[in-house]
Amino acid sequence: MLYTLLIYQAEEEVEALSAAEEEAALAEHRKLHEVTRGNGTFVAASRLVPTGAATTVRRKDGEVRLIDGPFAETKEQLLGLYILDCASLEEATGYAKMLPSVPTGCIEVRPIMYMSDPPEKR
Amino acid sequence: MASAEAIASAQEIASALKIARPKALATLIRLLGGLDPAEDALQEALARALEVWPQRGLPDNPSAWLIQTGRNKAIDQIRRRSLESAYCRAERQLASGGPPDLDLSADALRLHLRDDLLRLVFTCCHPSLSEDLQIALTLKTIAGLSVEEIARAFLLQPRAMEQRLVRAKRRLAEERVPYEVPDARALPGRLGTVLSVVYLIFNEGYKAHRAPELVRRDLCLEALRLARLLKRLYGGEPEVGGLLALILLQHSRRDARLDGAGDIVALDEQDRGLWDRQMIVEGQALVEQALRRKQPGPYQIQAAIAALHAGPETAAATDWAQIAELYGILERYQGGPVVRLNRAVAIAKAGDLAVGLAMLDDLSGQPEMQRYHHFHAARAALLAEAGDAPAALERYEAALGLAANPAEQAYLRRRIGALRKI
Repeated sequence: MLYTLLIYQAEEEVEALSAAEEEAALAEHRKLHEVTRGNGTFVAASRLVPTGAATTVRRKDGEVRLIDGPFAETKEQLLGLYILDCASLEEATGYAKMLPSVPTGCIEVRPIMYMSDPPEKR
Repeated sequence: MASAEAIASAQEIASALKIARPKALATLIRLLGGLDPAEDALQEALARALEVWPQRGLPDNPSAWLIQTGRNKAIDQIRRRSLESAYCRAERQLASGGPPDLDLSADALRLHLRDDLLRLVFTCCHPSLSEDLQIALTLKTIAGLSVEEIARAFLLQPRAMEQRLVRAKRRLAEERVPYEVPDARALPGRLGTVLSVVYLIFNEGYKAHRAPELVRRDLCLEALRLARLLKRLYGGEPEVGGLLALILLQHSRRDARLDGAGDIVALDEQDRGLWDRQMIVEGQALVEQALRRKQPGPYQIQAAIAALHAGPETAAATDWAQIAELYGILERYQGGPVVRLNRAVAIAKAGDLAVGLAMLDDLSGQPEMQRYHHFHAARAALLAEAGDAPAALERYEAALGLAANPAEQAYLRRRIGALRKI
């Protein structure tokens, strides 16, 4: 089953990290990459640009509009995600626990209902 | 106070305080009715946090904790200093700093936070303060740098920087600068001042080159944080996005700008593998987002130019024609010889070498350009490209005579050496 690990954390917290803290967090990501690539569960991973650069497409007053910024002002933002091919929820949450955002943020683990094949790289 | 059983590490606490500090200060100013009492109260609260947090761990909402603690400390002090009747007066004073809202719940704080922070930003960057004072006050109160840190960054003695801050606050008091967000009519101009203060801070750090000045590079990061804060507060203003994009795109090249010996590497000779791709992607996304609104401004245009430099994989693939066009548009907002100089270079690089050189000839009458080593160096580079080595050498020598920075001098000497070999 495919699972996605959605990484939520306050962007402000990530911005305030010192270079050493940032490097430590990246090392934990590299470790998860290594483990999941090694056992074949890795499918994809991405880090998103901060929500300040997001554009929200939404229908309002009968008109489709583009709005700068994320769709909701929340304390924590979606910063990135992993897609892993796991045997069980337990395995997926095990990988989620390896992520550096766990102490202050949270990881939402959700099975993927449908995912198309990855296209050839453009 | 660090103990083996510390729950929160010093680094975690430092990061949390960095985020919480400006919010707490902004709210305390409202609650206590002034910058000075708020700073005193915050100072006490910070000291208490450093005592308590390592053992008890970070509070759920660090800024609310600082506000609560700071406010209690302020009230304690008033109590200690005076009689009960005076305390009642003080309570009234506390409330008169804003709406009588002493609700310190997280929701109530969030509700006011944006306005509190904006009032603080606009006050620090008030036009009645000179640029120096605006920068110093912004770094102290919003970025939360210590006096020593700011002094070091500006190569001043801490005492001199302290005096500068005192002067800034006195000026605000003398001019009776209201603690408020400017009204809609004044807003564009006032927001422009805020943006320019942040950009000045960035450039102050960006100018730093050699190791002794490395501390100044932290200024770039502070400017980046301030620009991000402004983007959160004023996300709908395209120029705010433009400034953030410009800072990201320029800062993305920080590791490629200097070689191993600390010498400057020209843009077209930089190792593009050293550019920070994530910053570039974010900068490009912000440029696109801002330009979509079709309210161009100088920061957006400069960011668009920076994005055109950052995009291609090789310097040779740079779209100079479009860059020249953008400099032409920038001239409408920011006249002046420096933009004209950049436009002339872009036109030359786009293929019209003669036109570019003629534009520089026109500029050479300006005393400001005669004193500007970049002008002579740019002219030299175009002359060299046109095959006029003697004239190019002469211009490089002129540039070398004017360059004050050792890294820039070394760069010019290398150019001169290369030309002599031909």
